[in-house]
Amino acid sequence: MKKTDFSLVRKGILDDNPVYSHALALCPVLAVTVTAINGLGMGLATLAVMLASCLLVSLLRKVIPSQVRIPILILICASFATVVRFALQAYFPALDDALGIFIALIAVNCIIMARMESFAMKNSPLNTTFDAIGMGLGFTLALFLIGFVRELLGSGTILGGLITLPEAFPRTAVMTLPPGGFFVLGFLIFGFVKFRNRFLSGDSKKPPVKPKGGCASKACTMDCGEGGAPCNS
Amino acid sequence: MAENVANPSRPTQAMVFVLIALLPAAGLGVYFFGLQALLIILVTVTSCVAFEAIYQKFAKKPITITDLSAVTTGLLMAMVMPPAIPLWMPVVGAFVAIIIVKQLFGGLGKNFLNPALAGWGFLAVSYSSAMLESYTYPLAGWLNSGELASATPLYRLNTMGVPPVIEDYIVALFGNVPGAIGTTATIALVLGGLFLLVTKTISWHIPVSFIATVFGLTFIMGEYASYQLIIGGLMLGAIFMATDPATSPKAWYGKLIFGVGCGVLVALIRLFGGYAEGMAFAILLMNLAVPLIDRIKGFKRRRAI
Repeated sequence: MKKTDFSLVRKGILDDNPVYSHALALCPVLAVTVTAINGLGMGLATLAVMLASCLLVSLLRKVIPSQVRIPILILICASFATVVRFALQAYFPALDDALGIFIALIAVNCIIMARMESFAMKNSPLNTTFDAIGMGLGFTLALFLIGFVRELLGSGTILGGLITLPEAFPRTAVMTLPPGGFFVLGFLIFGFVKFRNRFLSGDSKKPPVKPKGGCASKACTMDCGEGGAPCNS
Repeated sequence: MAENVANPSRPTQAMVFVLIALLPAAGLGVYFFGLQALLIILVTVTSCVAFEAIYQKFAKKPITITDLSAVTTGLLMAMVMPPAIPLWMPVVGAFVAIIIVKQLFGGLGKNFLNPALAGWGFLAVSYSSAMLESYTYPLAGWLNSGELASATPLYRLNTMGVPPVIEDYIVALFGNVPGAIGTTATIALVLGGLFLLVTKTISWHIPVSFIATVFGLTFIMGEYASYQLIIGGLMLGAIFMATDPATSPKAWYGKLIFGVGCGVLVALIRLFGGYAEGMAFAILLMNLAVPLIDRIKGFKRRRAI
């Protein structure tokens, strides 16, 4: 890996988007995306926790004993999640109310765990920063888009009342319920994959090939951790 | 419906028979609810066929709209629509039924839910007030004045608690009551069901166990059991929707379990639930249980290991 690799940001947003490519962290994705603002808030909170904890893990990666790395990683992540939660409660109490338990659950967010264990433990702080920003932005973008569509179709508003569509526009109540989250997520994944295959050059154009030996092999370009996500990007 | 291996774009005999069996009830629906009902049926069927063709064109699959399966889905969905809903709603329902439920899961015979009921369910949950308040009085003229009926017989009985009188039984039997387009004419639906039974298009297990369970449970509860059978969508659901071979168990004992399950759910929703009609949700829930029911190996004694 290069010393400083800016493409990690792009990779997190497009090629390895945690939600659209890997369908990770579906619980917050479906639960908080009733409105675009909620999705944005959840995404940014996760981005902040991810950035801070991945950076700290990367700095400490030489002193963390591998036998007890999981508790240490969770401890680090939970500390930052608590800080972010207090900050939200202090400055954005309405958003904190809307996101509820899912802010506290950032402590066990599977994307953050995966990035800490499979990337931050092995890479320099600089690259880790790029990776965390890319993954965090990819997650934020995914949540924002789902929330935008669900809010538009379900409540008939754009960005929390910035624009309210006229009464004649039908409000599809299912979109504000969990099934609507699945519908929108499915169609957005479809659109995302179509967009990526058509407009993005590079290796993403090739059909996915699972390298011999699976994730353990050197040919696998995806960072998939031990027993983590299948190598399907 | 059973797959036609020789030529997938030709309708199967079962599909044609189901359409024929539905026609009397649909015709009576148009007779009672006028031009609006006819428009809803046309819009629903057309949009179902159009969505199927559009999807198959974009997915680069052979276009099989001539197998009449989309027509059947559209007609079934139109028959559970209230007569005065805005005409764009059946189009949304057709999108859910054909694109999401049927084609995205693999097309004809591979859907895990009844497409027509899933489309109805989407509309009922999404636009609940419009779906609830769009019932009109029957025989209000060919160009329906659009006067809305206060309550369907189901709502009167199960939500308002008004007991039926003898005349109510007779008008409900012939379909001269407010209700969804194709569900009010009980006699026509039963005749269609007998036609399907005689031609061996469906087996008796699901309808009989379904209807008997609803009758039995409402009889025990003292809730006008025989009246419960002839109001609402029970007959349409039990005869035409629960028997869809793609979404019902294959073995006869599975069919009985499926029918009894549907009947229990209908009785529970009607008597205790928030919705006046439970037919659609009962069948949808049991559709989800079909893979489990199909795993039951029957009553043969298992070999000792």
